[in-house]
Amino acid sequence: MMHENWSGFVGGRWQDEVNVRDFIQTNYREYIGDADFLVGATERTAALMEKVQDLFRQEREKGGVLDVDVDTVSSLVNYAPGYIDKDNELIVGMQTDAPLKRGVNPFGGIRMARQACAAYGYRLSDKVEDEFRFRTTHNSGVFRAYTEEMRLARKCHVITGLPDAYGRGRIIGDYRRVALYGVDRLIEEKQKDKAALSAAAFTQDNIRLSEEIYQQITFLGYLKEMAAMYGCDISAPAANAREAVQWTYFAYLGAIKEQNGAAMSLGRVSTFLDIYIERDMARGVLTEEGAQELMDDFVMKLRIARHLRTPEYNELFGGDPMWITEAVGGMGKDGRTLVTKNSYRMLNTLYTLGSSPEPNLTVLWSAALPENFKRFCAKVSADTDSVQYENDDLMRPLHGDDYAIACCVSAMEVGKQMQFFGARCNLAKLLLIAINGGYDTTSGIHIGPQMPVMEGDTLDYAAVAARYGVYIEWLSRLYVNTMNVIHYMHDKYAYEKTQMALHDTAVERLMAFGVAGLSVVADSLSAIKYAKVYPIKDELGYITGFNTEGEFPKYGNDDDRVDLLARDLTHQVITELRKTPTYRNAVHTLSVLTITSNVMYGKNMGATPDGRPSGAPLAPGANPMHNREENGALASLNSVAKIRYEDCRDGISNTFSITPEALGKTEEARVSNLVTILDGYFAKKAHHINVNVLNRETLIDAYENPEKYPNLTIRVSGYAVNFNKLSREQQREVISRTFHSAI
Amino acid sequence: MSGYVHSIQSLGTVDGPGVRFVAFLQGCHLRCKCCHNPDTWAMTGGTAYTAEGLVEKAARYREYFGEAGGITLSGGEPLLQARFVQEVFSLCHRRGIHTCLDTSGSVLNEEVKAALAETDRVLLDWKYTEEALYRAHVGCRLAVVEEFLTYLNEQNVPVTLRQVIIPTVNDTAENVRKLKAVAAAHPCVDTVELLPFRKICQTKYDTMGLTFPFGDLPEPSAETMAALNAILSEKI
Repeated sequence: MMHENWSGFVGGRWQDEVNVRDFIQTNYREYIGDADFLVGATERTAALMEKVQDLFRQEREKGGVLDVDVDTVSSLVNYAPGYIDKDNELIVGMQTDAPLKRGVNPFGGIRMARQACAAYGYRLSDKVEDEFRFRTTHNSGVFRAYTEEMRLARKCHVITGLPDAYGRGRIIGDYRRVALYGVDRLIEEKQKDKAALSAAAFTQDNIRLSEEIYQQITFLGYLKEMAAMYGCDISAPAANAREAVQWTYFAYLGAIKEQNGAAMSLGRVSTFLDIYIERDMARGVLTEEGAQELMDDFVMKLRIARHLRTPEYNELFGGDPMWITEAVGGMGKDGRTLVTKNSYRMLNTLYTLGSSPEPNLTVLWSAALPENFKRFCAKVSADTDSVQYENDDLMRPLHGDDYAIACCVSAMEVGKQMQFFGARCNLAKLLLIAINGGYDTTSGIHIGPQMPVMEGDTLDYAAVAARYGVYIEWLSRLYVNTMNVIHYMHDKYAYEKTQMALHDTAVERLMAFGVAGLSVVADSLSAIKYAKVYPIKDELGYITGFNTEGEFPKYGNDDDRVDLLARDLTHQVITELRKTPTYRNAVHTLSVLTITSNVMYGKNMGATPDGRPSGAPLAPGANPMHNREENGALASLNSVAKIRYEDCRDGISNTFSITPEALGKTEEARVSNLVTILDGYFAKKAHHINVNVLNRETLIDAYENPEKYPNLTIRVSGYAVNFNKLSREQQREVISRTFHSAI
Repeated sequence: MSGYVHSIQSLGTVDGPGVRFVAFLQGCHLRCKCCHNPDTWAMTGGTAYTAEGLVEKAARYREYFGEAGGITLSGGEPLLQARFVQEVFSLCHRRGIHTCLDTSGSVLNEEVKAALAETDRVLLDWKYTEEALYRAHVGCRLAVVEEFLTYLNEQNVPVTLRQVIIPTVNDTAENVRKLKAVAAAHPCVDTVELLPFRKICQTKYDTMGLTFPFGDLPEPSAETMAALNAILSEKI
């Protein structure tokens, strides 16, 4: 069946079933040329962006939040249409009725909504309070079911940041489906799926699914209504490039109006949209300027997306991020690159609109990417510090060639896989709890198996490793069970209706666990194994400090003696996690990623045998501990590359900062060198890298004179932030990180 | 045989083409007043490596080298351990790794010649263009370095000529023109690099209880460097 809006496209299976990948594969045109075709911002774009910059300035001056609508519960059709400059916007749609005005979303938890309002000097209206008085939120559901042990694990911060009081996020709707099929066709398909269920046994699983499909269909209806408020009829497929961008954006907008998930990622839309742009260009109705304008307007909208958060939340996830992650590039299964001209245009927004943390532009790097594209990416990185890279050659065999990245490093096949997000446990803290036989000296809480404090003048490696294993086993079981509670309740009370409507009904679920403190544990175990670690006890007989004497190998120097301790630890953790069944048979996955929570994690724990003082930050993600690298940058990269992706399928985050001088003498050399470094790192089967090319002095200056750097963007841990939006503590930690410099 | 390595930099981008594994060998006899690595002077100490061991370590980074990169042996004066250099480079060649030698050109003997036969590029530190300045500030004669370059030219070893620009000592247009003339007279020289004098090494001297002879001289301004580089790129 050929819809008239599809004319000019090559037909295929995508017409008979919802199959965006098939549409892309049969219709896209790879681009292996250079960046010379790109154009700058038009006058219209520049004028509109100036208005946006002015809004950002006002937001900054008001302490980070411009305005809050305390009377309306955020949803798809609850706000009147909003605009930046109605007559000059090519792509329309706002979360609320005005730019940067934040809505309240109490479905995750009413208390969080209340506190978030209060934190910025607002008061949640009685109207909203009343609406939720007799309503169970996700948060209250979770706390009804939590066991005492789960509460304690949370309270002593051995597991932290769990999505039990806010939206879980990390789900990527296939927003492209709305553009390709129009909403009516999507409703039709969902109705078919629902009807097909009637042949199955109505077990608890199928009853739940049946209700979910009902809700999905309802929200697809709201999505149409929402678009209609902006004068657009999205019931039919997009007829041109502007509509394709607009329909895709509407789908994303619906998702972020409904959900305030931690990470609300975009997916992989650039190459999909290129097909529409190429069609319009072939028809002679779109110029390069026009195409760039569409992408600029789209990206501008993404840059003003906001959620209302509490200060505690910001401590974990600093910089007010949305993780509007867009995966760019990569290779197809057939060997053609998925790079198109529109991949360039997406990256070009960092020039046309200036550098920015959002959208979170993520290049899927493959050895086989066109050389021109590699060089362009490296140049953009060096110029803007706004790009991260992930290993397509590692992920493609597992996820195919139409996967995207949720949040920072979580790969999932678009529309076919979703994730139950699980924050992370603090492995470094767990080591201290293990040594103390089930006692956390920071909080004074007894937790886990109770046994004597470890004996002896020095710590014995074999004894510590065995003891640690017992606690890893215990924590893993507790962690899975806690996640099961959270996601059961999230499905029950805050189900993602819009986003799941843009997934296949038979979706594969991943359950993403995480670890923090990997490098501190590796170095601590190494110290115990290769040096002498004398525990220091307090008056109660608990170990609260260590005297470490002698040299020991440190993670980050390409030394297998310690690097393999880190690698084996991740293997041990995922192996233990897999032993406890998950809610909805989700696949257990593991990440080594901290966002900015490494600061808070470190603050809530004692000194460690590696010499890290009590309260000091952990290293972020899978990074070696700051300034312990003695053999330069590549040795550090090699250490991280040893952590196996097969153990950490939810991603291994590494943040890499290098001074321009250390990367090469000329701009040309810096670009070539960065390309070969990325090629080398990924050939080593590493998973992810954030690249910052800058001097520590710049950050120190920005720390002292924030007004001089309103738009300073820096990659932190799987995402980029505006440096000024980090807390002072987080800023200091970023400044203290290793900057690889020339000697 | 063993070589003595002062330190290793796994990401070198300023000592030779592309991305390079740089090993700084222990020991130097020159005591140049502008030296920024006084910690490499001592003829004893350093970490002992076999040639195989060092090449094995370097090979862990070969994925990063791309087409242009490879290994660089620097120092200290690497040619004081010429046999080790020769062995390392010959093992590198067996593995297809590009070799680069960063030297003062102050030693030339049969062992050095054997090492140069395995060298793909020499970064030759042409400290000054006047014998008087060599006499005043360097522990060898310019004539020796000239002889070294003549040999490289005969052997067709590609050379990058490098000079540190030190205000009040050699930051003149005349000096740069002379340097260009040296390059022009030796077809093996395909690149000339001017490096700004840096005093970041002051702390090393302090730690070692030594006086940094050029510690009172200023670093050259970006403008000076740009002006001298402009002369460098002028057509002769």
